[in-house]
Amino acid sequence: MSVVSVEVASAAGVSETREDFRDACTAKRPGRPGSSMTSDSLFKTVLYASAVFMLLLLGGIFVTLAIDSVPAFKEIGFSFFTDTAWDPVFKKYGALVFLVGTLLTSFVALAVSVPFSLAIALFLGEYFKEGAFSVFLKSAVELLAGIPSVIYGFWALFVLVPLMQNIEMKLGVVPYGVGILTASLILAVMIIPYSASISSDVISLVPSDLKEAALSLGSTRFEMIKKVVFPYARSGIAAGTLLALGRAIGETMAVTMVIGNANRLPTSIFSPSNTMASIIANEFAEATETEYIACLIQVGLLLMVVTLIINVIGRCIINRMGVEH
Amino acid sequence: MDAGIRFRIIKDRIFLGAVILFSFMLLLPLLLILYYIVVNGIGVINWEFLTSLPRPMGEMGGGIINSMVGTLMLVIVASLFAIPPGVFAGIYLAENKTGKLVNTVRMCVEILQGIPSIVIGIIAYAWIVVTMGTFSALSGGVALAIMMLPVIVRSTEETMKLIPDTLREASLALGVPYSRTVLKVIVPAGVTGILTGVLLGIARIAGETAPLLFTAFGSPFMNTNIFKPVDSLPLLIFNYATSPYPHWHNLAWGASFVLVVFVLGINFFAKMVARRWKVQF
Repeated sequence: MSVVSVEVASAAGVSETREDFRDACTAKRPGRPGSSMTSDSLFKTVLYASAVFMLLLLGGIFVTLAIDSVPAFKEIGFSFFTDTAWDPVFKKYGALVFLVGTLLTSFVALAVSVPFSLAIALFLGEYFKEGAFSVFLKSAVELLAGIPSVIYGFWALFVLVPLMQNIEMKLGVVPYGVGILTASLILAVMIIPYSASISSDVISLVPSDLKEAALSLGSTRFEMIKKVVFPYARSGIAAGTLLALGRAIGETMAVTMVIGNANRLPTSIFSPSNTMASIIANEFAEATETEYIACLIQVGLLLMVVTLIINVIGRCIINRMGVEH
Repeated sequence: MDAGIRFRIIKDRIFLGAVILFSFMLLLPLLLILYYIVVNGIGVINWEFLTSLPRPMGEMGGGIINSMVGTLMLVIVASLFAIPPGVFAGIYLAENKTGKLVNTVRMCVEILQGIPSIVIGIIAYAWIVVTMGTFSALSGGVALAIMMLPVIVRSTEETMKLIPDTLREASLALGVPYSRTVLKVIVPAGVTGILTGVLLGIARIAGETAPLLFTAFGSPFMNTNIFKPVDSLPLLIFNYATSPYPHWHNLAWGASFVLVVFVLGINFFAKMVARRWKVQF
């Protein structure tokens, strides 16, 4: 606190001259041009404008995506969402494959990640709230969250893909190596830190009198977690999982590198496919025709709407629970 | 002891064991990723790698100096665009805690944070690349700025909220105008928190590839003009990793090592700043 009080002294008392002080005292009176009132209102305008800028930015992003995808919608209409053929050479643009690919990779990744993120959440939020183990695991989670997505993709391409090829060979399926499952596995690793940290925050918020009541009635810690912690933290954990899902859906680079880039509906969990994000990453820079670009932008719009819905639901639950994150 | 109780205790132990096991299984991918990057990357790194330009395919040697400079340029451009509006919007949100506009803006910032990075790439393409008619560092910087903005707004807001009301009231009671109270009392008291937010924002964008694919685009030449395409480390890793040349794969490992050290270093630095700042309050 001592540092802070020095700040106050230097800002308000010591450095101000008598004139400044008088100015400040009379600042609220109208009709004094050049007084600090004008600088105050200017400052408030700047703050207000910056806040409104956020609204305009988001609005601008939506409007841009919508306007730029109009040519695609005019040309193709609703079959864009139901057609499985994507072949720009023959002007066939159906995005269903990418929608399916995105949802499939994300949900498989989520299913893989849930046991791990729940375990970490319980570890950090319930069993070992402090101590060396907790600090260690927390740092590991933060490290994982900090690694750039392109490096996950690179690593997966050179380590995970050969491994998957071996497994696929043993299982007797076509050993592509790349494909939905490979993408899902790397995605799972990428989203675990995210859902784990939200869930552990929620779990550590469970009131200890509730937990102690359960323990005092003779329940074991496992029973207490099952009957008190989980029901109490249920919606928060669900929200953390939803936000992780939103992240998985929008994740681009790692998926692009290991999904296999095949524009057809996946026949099994091992088959190569494409997601909404990966098709944009792969084809946007080489698209030249207006219609082609417009179709890719429409895929982007679709991707944004899907993540938006998931994120808004997740955020609303979290905000209602009062978790600061 | 009664068998039922013993069974319950065993179940409890098994559950604890499973929690610990699953938690620490996360270390496996982390250690494997770091191991591969360090083992494959460190051998590539030498003076030539860090200071020379990439060679054409087929030639050995070559370095990544242009993409390091490009990453630096992109980060600087993005920071210039993102920090002023981000900090001011954060102050606005913290100063006006409730209200229709404030809640809407807060929601907007959260939505902005959730927008997939590839979509932000499309936006920067539509706004800057199409308008200027060329790929450029500027467009890449704008894309990264949009990604950085929500991080800065949120961390500024959270920091400002932590500053005791008594400080503000003391200053206002002395007759200090509102703008000076905020700029000279409240912001200095929270400046380390804002700095942490900026650093975390930089760490978030320094490793981003997707928004740069069709904005900064990449270039094998040294370029310091922000109106021309530049390379960046993540772009270079992507291009080299997906190429069929083993020598380029090696260079990509080296670049990955540099990028990971840079990003994790900034993250670590941000944590140190945050820790020091927490001690003060």
